[in-house]
Amino acid sequence: MPALNVDHLSKTVAQKKPLLRSAPPGVRAVQLMSFAVEKGETLGIVGESGCGKSTLARMLVGLLEPSAGHIEIAGRALNTADPAAFGRLIQYVFQDPISSLNPRKTIRQIMGAPLRHLYRMPAAERQTRIAEIFASVNLRDDFLDRYPHEFSGGQAHRIGIARALAASPEIIVLDEPVSALDVSVQAQVLNQLADLKRQFGLTYLFITHDLAVVEAVSDRIMVLYFGSVVEMGRAEQIFARPRHPYTRLLAESAPVVGRALKAPEQKGSELPDPLNPPPGCAFAGRCPLATDLCRREIPELRSMGDDQLAACHHLIPG
Amino acid sequence: MGTRVYRAVGGVSLSVRPGECLGVIGESGSGKSVTALSVMGLVASPPGVITGGAVRFEGEDLIGAPYETLRRRRGDRVAYIFQDPLATLHPLYRIGDQLAEAIRAHHSISAGEARERAIRLLNDVRIPNAGARIDDYPHKLSGGMRQRVSIAMALANEPDVIIADEPTTALDVTVQAQILALLDDLRRDRGLAIIFITHDFGVVAQLCDRIAVMYAGRIVEEGPTAAVLEAPAHPYTRRLIDCVPELGQGKRRLEAIPGLPPMVDALPEGCAFAPRCTKAVPDCARGDIALERTGTRAVRCLMPEESA
Repeated sequence: MPALNVDHLSKTVAQKKPLLRSAPPGVRAVQLMSFAVEKGETLGIVGESGCGKSTLARMLVGLLEPSAGHIEIAGRALNTADPAAFGRLIQYVFQDPISSLNPRKTIRQIMGAPLRHLYRMPAAERQTRIAEIFASVNLRDDFLDRYPHEFSGGQAHRIGIARALAASPEIIVLDEPVSALDVSVQAQVLNQLADLKRQFGLTYLFITHDLAVVEAVSDRIMVLYFGSVVEMGRAEQIFARPRHPYTRLLAESAPVVGRALKAPEQKGSELPDPLNPPPGCAFAGRCPLATDLCRREIPELRSMGDDQLAACHHLIPG
Repeated sequence: MGTRVYRAVGGVSLSVRPGECLGVIGESGSGKSVTALSVMGLVASPPGVITGGAVRFEGEDLIGAPYETLRRRRGDRVAYIFQDPLATLHPLYRIGDQLAEAIRAHHSISAGEARERAIRLLNDVRIPNAGARIDDYPHKLSGGMRQRVSIAMALANEPDVIIADEPTTALDVTVQAQILALLDDLRRDRGLAIIFITHDFGVVAQLCDRIAVMYAGRIVEEGPTAAVLEAPAHPYTRRLIDCVPELGQGKRRLEAIPGLPPMVDALPEGCAFAPRCTKAVPDCARGDIALERTGTRAVRCLMPEESA
């Protein structure tokens, strides 16, 4: 049984209705997304800003209600009626570690909140549990009585991770967990995440825009574009042998030592307008392989064998 | 309140020739931004004070130069591009008006001419449909577009030097690639000198001719980009390169540097990297270590890495 199963998930954000006319169609932030994550797996989710990766993550943890589709965690449908039940299954580590911690509470109060609200744990038990969690993320106990502003980005990040771990979830959604950190600290946090995953048997959804990072930590990677999955495959394959032209564009744009600088894309092509989505493939306007078919019909996500899926009318031969 | 003095940057020497791109690499707090801001006297004062040194632009010392001289140079001969374009652009003015203002501050031309020039600049930085976009407010543009506007603004007066402080950090990879290509074209076509501040080795390797690595307010290594990346001489440079995951190597454990960079108010004696360095010897923590120069390369270390 997969740890997480997402079936035809969509999110449409309604637009304001003008005074005399009918409301325009909503903006489709996430369109008919279906995927499953196995227990113990790390699924990397990459895409550029505006591709719907954070919207997807927020729906998974119940911060946003999906417009359509189903989310199943460990075989049970995500039910917003009892947030505590799902708080025990899935937790979210926010992108900005400092602003995700309440500045007026001590770290001890912050760490105690999930234990109190999700597990109704008595105070004495909470203290031992907090000490255990702090030890597992290598944070010193004397941090517990300090306030969030006293910490550096890397430490605050570890506290955010510790808070997510306090709920003993099965799945942790990591939204850009290292993009605010320095490279030398980034490696420390990534390695620690890998250790915690092994220790607690966690499943990660790792959202980032850094291709090299996502490749280094993920088992499988899902590439999003304009609210849809365009390609999905094993981490070691997807950027080495991309089948979708967008994945190839991403891989070619990433700066790599020893590769000459060239603009992989001609002219200033921008993301398609969400208020006025193109009828066919959303990438057609930027795609060198686009034909009339692409501008007319939305390609479906098809299996390419070898665990790879891609949504394109003109796949790059693998 | 006590008065404490922090040394953010200590004895940094850099030079850049026309048409050359110098990369400055370092982590947050290493003093790379303070160095860049000091060039045109932009460090807020108080509290920041430049306690020594000189900045020579075409032979003229800018430190201690009268405010009017600096004002005339800023944006005209030496321009900046900052990391966060939202903070650079005024939210209540149309981008065209802001660009025109930047031009008219230094050149007496009519409003119409300035507007035409602004449209040309937006075209130069490949903003699609520049004629219509010029009347947009900054909030209507995407992050990539806004950064292109700030690059257009930096280019407005055809400066000789551009100081770019992490200009692509906040951008998506495809937009980053376009902006890097644009900067590269500009320096080749116009002989623009670029000082490019970043923490990304991939970006530096693609754009810069020379790099300087900073740690705790000092340059620890300097040299031609290819040579430094291939055979780093300072242990910090080598460890930092190892930390950065590179695309195409699959799932793996990353190298990390244990510990944290030192705080500027508690710099250790001697080499600031010594407490995190595996090769540190007792002498590293004693006295000042000089930046030793051999040929085109320079390193500040007692135990430099063997050249392979």
